[in-house]
Amino acid sequence: MRAVIVGCGRVGATLAAALDRAGHRVLILDLSAAAFDRLPTTFSGEAVRGDGTDEDTLQRAGAAGADAFFALTEGDNRNIMAAQIARESLEIRDVIAKINDPVRARAYADLGVATICRTTILADTLLAHIGVPGSGDPSIHLASEHDHPTDPPQSAAAASPAPARIRILGEA
Amino acid sequence: MFVIVVGGGKVGYYLTKELIEAGHEVVLLEKTRARAVQISDEIGSVVLARDGSEGSALAEAGANRADIVTAVTGDDEDNLVICQMAKHHFSVKRTIARVNNPKNESLFRHLGVDEIISPTRTILGAIEQDIPVHELLHLADLGGGDLELIEAHLTDESPAIGRTSADLAMPEGCTLFAYIRDGKAQSVRAETQFRGGDKVIVIGRRDCEDALRGTLIGEDEDTSSL
Repeated sequence: MRAVIVGCGRVGATLAAALDRAGHRVLILDLSAAAFDRLPTTFSGEAVRGDGTDEDTLQRAGAAGADAFFALTEGDNRNIMAAQIARESLEIRDVIAKINDPVRARAYADLGVATICRTTILADTLLAHIGVPGSGDPSIHLASEHDHPTDPPQSAAAASPAPARIRILGEA
Repeated sequence: MFVIVVGGGKVGYYLTKELIEAGHEVVLLEKTRARAVQISDEIGSVVLARDGSEGSALAEAGANRADIVTAVTGDDEDNLVICQMAKHHFSVKRTIARVNNPKNESLFRHLGVDEIISPTRTILGAIEQDIPVHELLHLADLGGGDLELIEAHLTDESPAIGRTSADLAMPEGCTLFAYIRDGKAQSVRAETQFRGGDKVIVIGRRDCEDALRGTLIGEDEDTSSL
């Protein structure tokens, strides 16, 4: 499959390296060329310095029509905007935005953007570690609109991590 | 009216000041504390030092009873999220966003922002007005964004020349509104015959621009004069 990752921080770089190792085609963008130092030397995907919230940049980098899109910069709003560009203008079906504010993470799932909230995941994991019940929120808020009409309700879907839902097109 | 302004840069600062002078109720959200304090010292306690893209900050500002939320920060992504949160989380009737990258205008509109103000587009329009191209010129957004006011420059080669306005097959939803000839504005009537050099003012739907270009200007994109 072809994956686009916006933001080459720790999470973006780790995900890019893993997908690349698994034989997928990866395009990763970051505003800073130095961020690509986080990628392993074996990385065979494409690293593009540019603004992942700019539609022109994404188009020129060849992001349109990818199978999956991950918005993983440090800014919640940048991730939200990149994800919505991917969905509306680049016609990418599987789009996930990292949003650290739990309120926005839930709100945007209602607006059709799947979101992952590190704050909730970390807090729940820590609480579980000491045996205290957490928020009970899913680790990934699936988009509730037209994108995934056949998905199970959120509570049931929470158990399966996102990559499992992505179709493998066998073009590795 | 009760207006929430998000972003305390130059635009947000002057906007807040003007709105207060005009007698409106205003809350300004500015996320940088130092800047918020500075503005507060100058124009009084209408400033909250909070990030307006956070739901709790909009709630504290009173978004659930706001008539208008306007996002005028320097970052397009922040302005988009502020307007979307206001619209979908607090059911604010009118959201206005400042957009810096003209490419984001249609995205913002598509994603539910009611009105879009693009300084880049405005300046571009002012510059293009001085350049003699027989193109369509966007003048203003109307009616909350779906409609726009357009100026079409007719040349002697335009397909509309010599025909009356009643003869022209206008795209659905577009109206010839007025024309400018010899520096005078006149209403378009059914019997109005167009000449080269006329500037025709049209109100039309944004998605009709291509059809309008075909009717008024012609498909021949001769821009060699540039």
